[in-house]
Amino acid sequence: MQVTAMDVYRLLPKSNCGKCNEASCMAFATKLIEKELTLDDCPQLSGDERQELEELLAPAVKEISFGPENRKVTIGGDQVLYRYELTYYNPTALVIDLPDDLPEDEFMGRAEDIQTLSFERTGETLTLDGIALRNKSGSPEKFAEAAERLGGMGYPLLLCSFNPEAMEAALRVVGDQRPIIYAATEENLDEMAELALKYECPVVLFAPGDLEGMKRLSWKLRSMGVADIILDPGTFTGEGIGDTIDNFVMIRRLAVEERDADFRFPILGVPALSRLSGEGDAVEENIREATVAATLMNRYADILILGGTEIWELMPLLTLRQGLYTDPRKPQTVDPGVYEFGEVDEDSPVILTTNFSLTYYTVEGDLKSGDVTAYLLVLDTEGRAVDVSLAGGQLNGPAVADLIKDTGIEERVKNKVLIIPGLVAPASGEIEDDTGWRVLVGPRDSSGIPDFLEKLASE
Amino acid sequence: EEFNPPVRSYPGEVAQVKLGDGTRKSVYLGGQKALYRFEEPQPNPPVVTFDVFDIPMPGLPRPIREHFSDVMEDPGDWARKAVKEYGANMVTIHLIGTGPKVMDKSPRDAARDIEEVLQAVDVPLVIGGSGDPEKDPLVLEKAAEAAEGERCLLASANLDLDYRKVARAAIDYNHAVLSWAITDVNMQKTLNRYLMKEGLTREDIVMDPTTCALGYGIEFSIDVITRTRLAALKGDADLQMPMSSGTTNAWGSREAWMKKDEWGPTDYRGPLWEIVTGLTMMLSGVDIFMMLHPTSVKLLREIGETFTR
Ligand code: B12
Ligand code: SF4
Repeated sequence: MQVTAMDVYRLLPKSNCGKCNEASCMAFATKLIEKELTLDDCPQLSGDERQELEELLAPAVKEISFGPENRKVTIGGDQVLYRYELTYYNPTALVIDLPDDLPEDEFMGRAEDIQTLSFERTGETLTLDGIALRNKSGSPEKFAEAAERLGGMGYPLLLCSFNPEAMEAALRVVGDQRPIIYAATEENLDEMAELALKYECPVVLFAPGDLEGMKRLSWKLRSMGVADIILDPGTFTGEGIGDTIDNFVMIRRLAVEERDADFRFPILGVPALSRLSGEGDAVEENIREATVAATLMNRYADILILGGTEIWELMPLLTLRQGLYTDPRKPQTVDPGVYEFGEVDEDSPVILTTNFSLTYYTVEGDLKSGDVTAYLLVLDTEGRAVDVSLAGGQLNGPAVADLIKDTGIEERVKNKVLIIPGLVAPASGEIEDDTGWRVLVGPRDSSGIPDFLEKLASE
Repeated sequence: EEFNPPVRSYPGEVAQVKLGDGTRKSVYLGGQKALYRFEEPQPNPPVVTFDVFDIPMPGLPRPIREHFSDVMEDPGDWARKAVKEYGANMVTIHLIGTGPKVMDKSPRDAARDIEEVLQAVDVPLVIGGSGDPEKDPLVLEKAAEAAEGERCLLASANLDLDYRKVARAAIDYNHAVLSWAITDVNMQKTLNRYLMKEGLTREDIVMDPTTCALGYGIEFSIDVITRTRLAALKGDADLQMPMSSGTTNAWGSREAWMKKDEWGPTDYRGPLWEIVTGLTMMLSGVDIFMMLHPTSVKLLREIGETFTR
């Protein structure tokens, strides 16, 4: 069951001494639950209470890291089933399949592509997280050789082979970089568990379509002393996608609502398997794979193995991940005020937008790619988009007038002309009246700003 | 310790709404008694309705225009193509041309367009206005009359227009109503209650809690739709209706339509953006999807149908 602030409060000193800078122990308990403070912030705890609290506060899903220390990726850590109840922690890791039997230059080229792929959104650079090296050749030597090549890059790895001999061969070369071992199964459980313990690496437990078996094997792994386990209940695609979803949901429910120790681990899915059907061309394969990946990301997947590296396939997945893992408790904002683009002077145009991150960074991207020289006034709309804040009343004449005054922009330009977003046209009269500036209505989409300014300058 | 599937029981259930009657085939929405199929078989697969317009819509993105350029002059042909070639379960006819700033077509013109589409296809229709709060109720009323007894979905009733008129048109001519609130569970409850006060029942209402597109706030929609469905199953009688998604909003994201070489071809990006948006809404609890691109429709239906098996 989910831990409440009351459960935590019971174990606190209840003295309301205020040394944590909170008004009361109850307030402290609430902040602990929301991960805004840690147990270290209360200096009054005894050892026993502290230990009990640590257990109570451990996330429903274990947090697990992989990859070399300086590039490590963390997965798991979730506390709730639905993001609105709190927030989701640690974005789904996206790793790309790389078979060990590719010719060397193709192999290295693909590895390079995976590491450099990136996509800018709302001021964040979205990237992939690792490589899943697959022992397709079946040869332990080849597998180790390929691992060695990747090892030099210091990029997070999954090692994929059901053969303990091949696994050990690869671990001998990259075992110190904390790769994930994929996978332990009913057949090889003891050997893989030993490797996981010897090299101190997380291990995936693969029990396709059999949660009963998974529970038994998870218990077995745990009793052997393996602590970092990742669960793969099998990714069935096509007709089987419904079963896959059911298994993911059941695992997460058991972890969050029943705190079933055998299931309190991150979940792994393999959308790349959708490519095995052999139906359709490469484009269709990519679309199908992305569809499966989006489905599983929406249903608790903590790590996904994909085959595709086309940017158009990965963009929607990276965007979905960014959305799912934003913290619903915090508005996505940038600081309001005046921002300068290019070598501004007293003749530079002044344009207006809002402080919603998505809005600001979209506009910023357009100004930069269009080589625009201008002042950008950013209005505090508490993180709301242009049309949203216009509808909700945060964007209005008096607010813009205050912004002009607070930023002192009036002293920095000769012409008092303000360019507003096309969507703000209905409020242009009001803004003129309240600011005393002349208002020009710009295009609806900020991608039109560079052309708009060019035309303006030539007039 | 033994393994027991974590099956929950739910005190509430979602009403089942029937669309299509008279000369239409029928389609059923909602009816869920549980969140997941491992708890209780899901009664009805998700339904996709193809967007069709009463005017040629030059603003539609190229990857969509490409498929329909031969039929865009005629809403009947457009609807027929969506059903025959692309397997739509339903058709949404948007009466955009009635907008005072568009072509200012009269409600009577709108009624004629509806008759044409009714002739062309035998699937149920969603009938949408232009978004003008003054005119939509008048347009929907005439359109509802023209489609009497065919059980269409009138889109939409919301708090910014004369929702009473829309509700009355639905009751008088046997249709259902789309109850649209903007990502706000309380606003949705209020509106539903108002509509039920007018005489509509749960079996006559479909909710549109608003689909914010992928990259444009989809997380707001995920939260609101999830909360709405959970509230229904927990027994909140004001929210026990099936839900609809304006999945086509996905095409408003610039990642879906903007030409940019380093992002790859819009031919693939656009449809995939629509699929991921729709799929995310489906997993949050939506029952009916308004969509634009044939590939997106095909894939969404494929996945959707496995949920009821
Ligand atoms: C997500 C969303 C929300 C989220 C808010 C997200 C946020 N942080 O802002 C939530 C759920 C909270 C919300 C609430 C409301 N919303 Co809302 N919402 C949306 C939605 C779906 C997307 C908005 C968005 O993210 N846009 C993306 C950003 C990047 O766009 P943008 O800021 O406008 O920037 C673009 C342009 O303006 C331009 N641009 C930006 N700056 C500049 C500068 C210059 C100089 C130029 C030239 C151009 C330019 O380029 C940018 C890129 O294209 C829109 C519908 C839509 N547009 O798809 C409705 C929408 C804006 N919402 C609407 C409404 C009515 C509301 C509410 C009033 C509902 C209510 N009654 O509670 C509230 C208001 C809340 C408040 N302000 O207090 C209506 C507005 C209708 C109208 N015009 O009157 C819309 C259009 C939905 C609709 N079709 O009815 N909403
Ligand atoms: S420091 Fe500890 S004991 Fe003191 S108020 Fe904070 S939580 Fe309570």
